Order: sequence, then structure tokens, then C-alpha cells
Amino acid sequence: MADAAIIVEEARKTYGGSSRRSGRPALDGLDLTVARGTVHGVLGPNGAGKTTLVRILATLLRPDAGRIEVAGHDVVREAYAVRLRIGLLGQHAALDEELGGRQNLELFGRLHHLGARRARARADELLERFELTGTGRKAVKQYSGGMRRRLDLAASLITEPEVLFLDEPTTGLDPRGRAEVWESVRSLVGGGTTVLLTTQYLEEADQLADRISVVDAGRVIADGTADELKAAVGGDRIDVVLRDAGQLGTAVALLPVPKDAVTVDTDRRLLSAPVTDRMAALAGVVRALEDAGVEAEDIALRRPTLDEVFLHLTGDDDRVKEAA
Amino acid sequence: MTTYALTDSWTMTRRELARWGRQPVTVVVNLVFPVMLLLMFGYLVGGGRGVSGEYLDFLVPGMLALTMAFGLEGTMVAVTQDLGKGVVDRFRSMPMADGAVLVGRSAADMIQSVLGLAVLLAVAAALGWRAHGGPAGFLGAVGLLLLFRFAMLWIGIHLALVAGKPEMVSAVQILVWPVGFLSNAFAAPESMPDWLGTVVQWNPMSHTATAVRDLFGGPGGEPGHVWAAVVWPLALLAVFFPLAVRRFARLSR
Repeated sequence: MADAAIIVEEARKTYGGSSRRSGRPALDGLDLTVARGTVHGVLGPNGAGKTTLVRILATLLRPDAGRIEVAGHDVVREAYAVRLRIGLLGQHAALDEELGGRQNLELFGRLHHLGARRARARADELLERFELTGTGRKAVKQYSGGMRRRLDLAASLITEPEVLFLDEPTTGLDPRGRAEVWESVRSLVGGGTTVLLTTQYLEEADQLADRISVVDAGRVIADGTADELKAAVGGDRIDVVLRDAGQLGTAVALLPVPKDAVTVDTDRRLLSAPVTDRMAALAGVVRALEDAGVEAEDIALRRPTLDEVFLHLTGDDDRVKEAA
Repeated sequence: MTTYALTDSWTMTRRELARWGRQPVTVVVNLVFPVMLLLMFGYLVGGGRGVSGEYLDFLVPGMLALTMAFGLEGTMVAVTQDLGKGVVDRFRSMPMADGAVLVGRSAADMIQSVLGLAVLLAVAAALGWRAHGGPAGFLGAVGLLLLFRFAMLWIGIHLALVAGKPEMVSAVQILVWPVGFLSNAFAAPESMPDWLGTVVQWNPMSHTATAVRDLFGGPGGEPGHVWAAVVWPLALLAVFFPLAVRRFARLSR
């Protein structure tokens, strides 16, 4: 693809070197293409290989094999050229905790060879843009989690990179911090930056990403837009919330699908089942519940969530049912 | 990219200096600690022999060498902290000169060591210690001490890259003490049991202390010992400098 910002073909990586047989590979022939100016979500559980992928793309880690290009340059042979064009937001804040926010940004600006004056100006700009102006003097270790993350993000944008890597950018943040980071990422995309985002949160991928690759055991097991992935899992679902959790067992039998296709969430008194004919199913369920004297608080038709897609694709469907 | 080697190294050095500005108490404690040791050994341990005169002339070079040896700890802690915080990842993903992270670290640590030596020498002078070897001897002694510190620095960087974990740092911190004390810093090896005296004489730090004593024109110095105080640190550097550089490059494995 000519307009690809990231090309990964058959990437392989086993930690501890390929000479020693040291367990299963972190990347096992992973393929990925990200079009310029888009946000690509890489979704997967812990240990799927997401961080390994980001570290290889950001030139921090050497792949054992594969063709890997970022912004048109090979990550191994042209690491320096890649570094000129990328920004990285790792899982842990990559900041000097002892220094202030402004000092950090100036430091990274100088290391990007902006020169003293431009580094200072850029630091001011970024502090303002991420609403950190008043806190620039404070040592980073005194920042809140959300502030630290925003400063970290600012630090990865010093030179307005062509490609930005965000490795689980909101892990460990409270909902407010998460919203702040999402907001920042959205504002970036307008500027034409290509973003590769890894996450364990399906909601995050759904919210931010144009396309999503689902990764498991070092390979991409599905690829597409959120809608395409949802469609791949199957059609609509019907959700029924009961007034009385004691009646869940009765209600399962009343749904027009085999018993083992029904997902039960006892805490939320919720039943969920796939349906084919939307309206007929809705009418049928309402009638059946009424006839059996089962009181429903809410009944709704909906598309599957990414959670369901994800668990379906990783072969962990059972986990959903067992959670019931 | 090599055109930026100096700029980047200097930026990294300045980063360390900026950190000092943020933690003046830590900086002062680090400078005062060797002074405390000097006073402790001078007055408490060396009490019988008096602080003035002979023993002070013997002790000061030992304390200077010991301070340089203990610098290993500080280097190791700083490198370990950087690695743990992920900030080294940011540096490595940036278009900066390859060696700048390590060069900046060594430059900053050397600046701190020069300050440490200056403070310790000033206190010693206030106690009545004098260098009797003339300006050339004085500069030579300081040079040997800094060379020894430089070797310790790269051992510290290597250990931090190998161990990587804070628990290992405290293990090394504990081990530095016996290594520092199994030297001729406080007492002449002739006054020790044979086996201990032999160990002490082999300690590279002892060579530095002996040569410094010689260059300061004080007791305990051996003429012609300077070469050992040059060769030992260089030998250590020949081993640990490439090891540390290789370890750093291998962070990408």
C-alpha cells in the first residue's frame, strides 16, 4: 500500500534470543498495515504481543524476522530515520519524575535538536494545549495520574510526529483521566497524525479507532472496522433485564434460542441472546414473559458489543457463559 | 547523527544538573556524608592517635579514595531508576546520539565527584591537613582519584544494567562497604593479619590511596606506586566500559 504509514509483514519475536528455545514467541508472524492519517486499534488480552509490537515499531526492540516499516523506513536498518518521525507513549510514564513539567518538555525538545529557544517555545505551547500551564513548575512526581499522562502525551508530540504509538494509554487511569486522554487523542487525529493504539479496553478501540486488529498469541486473528467486526460475530441480540433475579432460570427457557446460546449476568439481572428476526423475536419474548408471569424491567434489541466480538474471536466464548 | 553527540551528551548532563537543583537536600547529604565519615574516623576511630599530624595525613587520602569508591552506588541507583521509570525508553525512541544517555550520566557523576573531592579537601584543610607534594603532586593526586572514580562509574552502570532491579541495588550498596573497608583507607596493611593484609593490598582502591599519599607527600605513600593507581582503573575500564556499552545496546534484545 503506497499510503501506508505502518507496514508489518510476518513479524516474529521470541524473547531471550531465537537461539535459546525460550518458550512461546511474543510475535508469531504478525501482519498489519495502517493507512496514513488513520487511528488503528490493536486489541488484545495481556500477553497477546501488543507491547512487543509497539516496542519493535518504536525501534526499542529488534524483531527476529519480518519486514517492518514505519513512515516509509525500515525499523532496524533505518532506525534513526524512524525515530525522527515517531512519538511514543509507553505503558509507563516516560518522564523524569524529579523535574518539572516544563523542564521535561524542554529536555525532550533539546534532544529533538530544536535548539534552546524553540524548545522553550514548544514546551509552552504544549503545556497550554494540554491544559498544564499552571503546573509546569511542579515536579512530575506530584502530578495526578491524568496530568502525568497528558504531559507524557505532550512529550511524545514535541515534533508533531508522523506516526504516534500509544501503548495502553489509559490503563490505570480513573474514568476522568481516561476521558481527558481520549479527548487529546481525538484532537490529534484532526492534524493528520497516524495513530497506532493498543488497548485492552474494547470501548476504547470502539471510541477512537478507525480500524481494529484483534491480536491473540502474537498474531492478528481479525481485522476490520468496529462495525465489520461486530457483524462478523453475528447479527443482533436481545437483552432482557428482569425485576427479580430469581426468575432468570425461568426466563432463559422462554427465549427462542437454545439454552447454551444465552448469556446470563446475574448481578445485572440481564439475559442476552442472539436473534435472527428482530421484530418477531421481540414480540415473541414480550408475550412469552407475560404469559409466564416473569416481570421485565427492560427489553432491548442491539448490535453485539466489541466485548462479545473479542471473546468470540479469542475462543473464550465459554468465559462469558461461565461468568453467568 | 554523530554531529549531535556533543550537544546531546551535554543536554543529558544538564538534565542531571537540573535534577540536583530540584533535590538540594539530597545533593547536600551526598556531599556531607564523606565529611561525616572523615570526622568519625578521624575523631572516634583514630582518636587515640589524634586528628592532627600523622594520622590525618594518612586518613585523608584514604577517605578521598573511599568517597570515589562509594560513588559506584550513586551511579547504580540513578541508572536503575531511569531504567525502571521508562524514561530511558523515551530517550531510545528519540533521534539522539547513541551514547548520549551514558555519556551524560558519566559527565554529571564526574562533576559531582569533583565537588565531593573539593568539599572533603576543604574540610580536611580546616582540620589542619596539608598537601606537601606541591601543585603538581596535588593535581596528580586529584587526577588519580578521578580516574578511579571513572572506573567505579562504569562498573556502576554495568551493574545497574545487569541487575536492573532496586533489590539488587541494595545488595550492591551493602557489598560496597566491605569492599571499601577492606582497603588501606584507615589502616596500613602491615598492621593487619597476613591474609587480610594481602587482600587489602590487592584492592585497587588501596593502590589509589597509596599513590595519593605519595603525591601528597604524607605517610603511607610509596614512591613509584603511581603506575599501579593508573593501571588498575584502566584495566577495570577496559573490562567494564565495553561490557556496559554492550549491555545498553542489548536493551533492544
